[in-house]
Amino acid sequence: MATVFKKTDMLTEVPFHYCPGCTHGIAHRLVAEVLDEMGCQNNVVGVAPVGCAVFAYNYFNCDMQQASHGRAPAVASAIKRVAPQNIVFAYQGDGDLASIGMAEIVHSASRGDNITVVFINNAIYGMTGGQMAPTTLIGQTSTTCPGGRCAAQNGNPIRVCEMLATLDGPAYIERVSLADVPSIRKAKKALQKAFNCQKEGKGFTLIEMLSSCPTNWKMTPEQALDYTKNEMQQIFPLGVFKEVK
Amino acid sequence: MASIKISRESCKGCGLCVRVCPKKILRLSKESNNSGYFAVEIFAPESCTGCASCAVMCPDCVIEVER
Ligand SMILES: Cc1ncc(C[n+]2csc(CCOP(=O)(O)OP(=O)(O)O)c2C)c(N)n1
Ligand code: SF4
Ligand code: SF4
Repeated sequence: MATVFKKTDMLTEVPFHYCPGCTHGIAHRLVAEVLDEMGCQNNVVGVAPVGCAVFAYNYFNCDMQQASHGRAPAVASAIKRVAPQNIVFAYQGDGDLASIGMAEIVHSASRGDNITVVFINNAIYGMTGGQMAPTTLIGQTSTTCPGGRCAAQNGNPIRVCEMLATLDGPAYIERVSLADVPSIRKAKKALQKAFNCQKEGKGFTLIEMLSSCPTNWKMTPEQALDYTKNEMQQIFPLGVFKEVK
Repeated sequence: MASIKISRESCKGCGLCVRVCPKKILRLSKESNNSGYFAVEIFAPESCTGCASCAVMCPDCVIEVER
């Protein structure tokens, strides 16, 4: 018998601090597996966000830098410019990327920075206790919209992939889901594409991963994945939004 | 022949692997691990096909698969 699945060496031995059933762990593993399989263990730099993934630097077995809230793409862009021999990625939540960091992500995409952004959309601010995010669905409850998000008062959810795809800079933009096994396998392929684009110097790449936050959604891990699949995927359709050949 | 190795102490008992196992041979145990989680266990190991669905779904890299 041969080992067909084990934790990749691109992740350290440190156990993830994430809540039971949180898909951040799946996203970490996919990124690490792809980088490992590309054979670039020794020339990767990751940028960790502010949010539940703030400790990502303890988990990825490569050089890591932690950025101020929302600034990960700006930091990643700088790292890529001074050390372009590296594969550089930013890992960000939806509060981090689409709220306080909206300016950074738009300008990084617009410049066509040759970096890869892994965007974890769990429709909420996880780390701070479940406040409404720009991606919170209409009707979805959070501590700052306890009666459910209301378009008239809170605006509508922002579709980041669609918006960034209108810019000239991005080379590859795809939205995937982590809600079930086939989707997770597809998500890995999307990451492979994005990192390969970066290797070929094609420019800005972003993979949005529809995720779950069972704790702040106040659901079991299973119910949360059903919500990701049945509710989030309706508002945030999966697919490739930009692909420069 | 296929088998899985569960690293019981890293399991958080989230149950996601139980949900996706096509053979339905996983369950949460009645006794907790040292972190207080009801870790997953395999109750019919002979039926495991080594498809690795459980390992792909697990957010905490708890499961190793051999085939
Ligand atoms: C400048 C600044 N403003 C606000 C905060 C508080 N804060 C910490 S994490 C966070 C939001 C995190 O949400 P998200 O990016 O969606 O990540 P998640 O925790 O859901 O993974 C906020 C607002 C901060 N740390 N720094
Ligand atoms: S609060 Fe939500 S996003 Fe943060 S670790 Fe827990 S489940 Fe994951
Ligand atoms: S998915 Fe992982 S953490 Fe969750 S119960 Fe199964 S082995 Fe444990």
